Amino acid sequence: MNVPIFRLYVVFLVLFAVLIGFTSRWSVFGAQRLRENPDNARVRIEEQRIKRGVIRAANREVLAGSTRLSGGRYGRRYPTGSLFALPVGFDNVRIGRAGLERYYNDALVGRKQELSSLIDSLTKDTQVGDDLQTTLVPRAQELAYDLLQGHQGAVVALGVKDGSVKVLAGTPSFDPDKPEDAKSVFNRATQGLYPPGSTMKTVTATAAIDSGRYQPDSRVDGKNGKVISGTPLNNFGQRDYGDITLTEALTNSVNTVWAEVGVKLGRNRMQEYMDRFGFGEDPPMDYPDDQMTASGPRDVKANKILPMSSDRVDVGRTAIGQGLLLVTPLQMATVAQTIGNGGVRMQPRLVEKIVDPDGRTTDEPLPEEAERVMSEDTAAKVGTMMKSVVREGSGTAAALSGVEVAGKTGTAEINIAQGINDLWFIGFTKDVAVAVIIEREQGQGGTVAAPIAKQVLQALGQ
Amino acid sequence: MSARNRELLALIPASLLVTAGFAAIFIQRNELLSDVSLTYGGIFLALCFAGHLVIRFTLPHADPYLFPLVAVLACFGLVVVYRIDEDLARDQAQWFVIGLIAFVATIFLLRDFRVLERYRYTIALAGLALLLLPRVPGIGQQVNGAYLGVGVGPISFQPAELGKIAIVIFLAAYLRDTRQVLVQGSRRFLGITIPPFKHLGPLLVVWGAAMFMLVFIRDLGSSLMYFGAFLALIYVATNRLSFVVIGLGMFAAGAYFFASTISHVQDRVDIWLDPFKTYDSTGYQIANGMFAMADGGLFGQGLGAAVLRVPDGGPLIPAPETDMIYAVIVNDLGLVGGLGVIATYMLIAERGFKIATLATDSFSKLLATGLTAVMALQVFVIVGGVTRVIPLTGVTLPFVSYGGSSIVANFILLALLLLISNRARTPS
Repeated sequence: MNVPIFRLYVVFLVLFAVLIGFTSRWSVFGAQRLRENPDNARVRIEEQRIKRGVIRAANREVLAGSTRLSGGRYGRRYPTGSLFALPVGFDNVRIGRAGLERYYNDALVGRKQELSSLIDSLTKDTQVGDDLQTTLVPRAQELAYDLLQGHQGAVVALGVKDGSVKVLAGTPSFDPDKPEDAKSVFNRATQGLYPPGSTMKTVTATAAIDSGRYQPDSRVDGKNGKVISGTPLNNFGQRDYGDITLTEALTNSVNTVWAEVGVKLGRNRMQEYMDRFGFGEDPPMDYPDDQMTASGPRDVKANKILPMSSDRVDVGRTAIGQGLLLVTPLQMATVAQTIGNGGVRMQPRLVEKIVDPDGRTTDEPLPEEAERVMSEDTAAKVGTMMKSVVREGSGTAAALSGVEVAGKTGTAEINIAQGINDLWFIGFTKDVAVAVIIEREQGQGGTVAAPIAKQVLQALGQ
Repeated sequence: MSARNRELLALIPASLLVTAGFAAIFIQRNELLSDVSLTYGGIFLALCFAGHLVIRFTLPHADPYLFPLVAVLACFGLVVVYRIDEDLARDQAQWFVIGLIAFVATIFLLRDFRVLERYRYTIALAGLALLLLPRVPGIGQQVNGAYLGVGVGPISFQPAELGKIAIVIFLAAYLRDTRQVLVQGSRRFLGITIPPFKHLGPLLVVWGAAMFMLVFIRDLGSSLMYFGAFLALIYVATNRLSFVVIGLGMFAAGAYFFASTISHVQDRVDIWLDPFKTYDSTGYQIANGMFAMADGGLFGQGLGAAVLRVPDGGPLIPAPETDMIYAVIVNDLGLVGGLGVIATYMLIAERGFKIATLATDSFSKLLATGLTAVMALQVFVIVGGVTRVIPLTGVTLPFVSYGGSSIVANFILLALLLLISNRARTPS
């Protein structure tokens, strides 16, 4: 029996060699990939030894700060609680990071560009991270958040000229000190997808005028029940407008006009202008990509954006914000910002500067142009048309005394029988662009969303 | 040098491990050297020495390396358990004492271990009864979907640990009788020697038992351990590879069938294939074991230096002191540390098989082979589970993992090996 016993021993030697092989596979050869796995909490635990930088609002109010824990570790505290939870995010040793805490993690733990490894930095006495100075305005953020209570929705306010994000609010929010208990950390402002309704007509108007095919005073036919893509389309309240100007068609939000304009401009031109406005891609904001969603006609089941050339996309209904079109509040705020900025789309920015522990500014990103979407002339014309919406159209509830407000309301029908709509207002003043969405409620954009936009603009000094 | 003096001398590595290990952990924790904990280490070593003395006077011709190898593992285990949790280390030291008592008792009660052969069916029945205990309502305990433990009052143990010895004793006795018959009268088919169907019976019965365990006790690990030991024994008893091939094929078919029909087994397989897919639930343990090994790298973070706990929270790896202790070892001591542990088991297996070759009668040979194989397989099952060679199942790392039944059972196993060895090497 000794020969088979010896062979059996050899079998076990092979089995044990396999164990050594697999141990090397995880501990040495595949270790780098495992260390970089976002589920791996070890690196976060090590980083607790670093005094993480402070995140501040535009007025230097602390939005996220570090507190000393036992054993030379630091924890994260959020003095403003759920108010800034969506833009700031959280840093949690167990479940990871989100928002600015994630996007700017390298800066916040003081990891400089020159790839100094974590180990190197840990050997220093105490490593201190850089601070973030954001563009968020607490007074306006708080007002927006308060106005959203009792609703589900979002408010985004951008600096018209520089793209700085002044308000990024949504409800429901969560407690960033205990993100592990949160039902959801979904950011409606950047991830929420809604049919834009009539606010989309501003994009169609831009395409119409910038392409040279229309002028604000072009005569159009506002009759009710025009057949678009084989189906009759109605105006709000079945109203027949007859022969009107393009400006009047925007002021009164005449569906049949804008759908027809969309069809006449064609799929390619609509695609071109939507692309220029940034549809179809994640917004170029300093915020984690997987917490932002691209806007556009969407195959919801397959979770992908459809090109305008797709048979399934109805260009006429897309032009009035219906059909398969779904957009984020941030995208629509960007549309308003672009028109308000003479046609130049700016990259939305949450962080104004990064300051090192000695108070030196290490990075101060300049406002950055994303794209010229339209000529200055077009922007002025579309802006004037939008001012007429607030002056005498569906958006009068957003009017401010002493400040000219341009805007567009939107009421996207969700449940016609029960009168449930998604309620929109987008608009801008000389300095601030705003988008407001209230989810699934009765009423119109002009009656529910516009007053909120007005108050937020006021809080921002407009 | 006499065998016993060699054994005594070989205990030195164990004592070095205890002293250096504790020192490393103390320095790491940046505390004063606590004499209390060093005392534990001292007592532990004194116990090893006592074990040596018992062997010296009762089994003078036994293999001189097995006991020191086990002492090294146990000392190392104590240090690692201490590094994970001081209270558990205290328990572990107590279990070590009880294990040593069981060791000594086995040596005294089974001076002539061949009486075991006579009671093979009683032992087999007792073994099966032990295995079924966890399914008895009221005392059975379910852990992660498998019925592994039995709890009576404050005491809980895992019967599978003792059951493995009973099964091996039975198989060794049974195969000693039937090995001749199994080899005779074979037909050949497709180049494989097929034994007569009636002699395949026992194979089918044991296979059935392994499948039964897989399904009823839901313990894939023990099932693999027992069936593997059986195949090893039948191969050594008959020297026919065909039995092994058929057996492996049957096991693979059975395992595949149950993996695709029983959700518990299926879950284990899914976790094995991709632990990150279910990271937040079932994949968490194995994924964190992998993170721990990756954190260890080639040389490890240093004994006591790796991060084992979520700050102000529970362990980063669930069950670090039992199922996942190998991951903790690699985290602290790196690939090099893991290699050292596996090499130690390789040496133990080498001594075990050596004893089997030296033994003069078939029963002793088969018993030594079976005991060695079942222990080596246990190492393969748990380390293979942690390193994702096979799906993870909750068996202990012999002598190293925290746990009473494991230590006691493995000390009894060790005593049997030394008894066989003593008899084989006694000059006639």
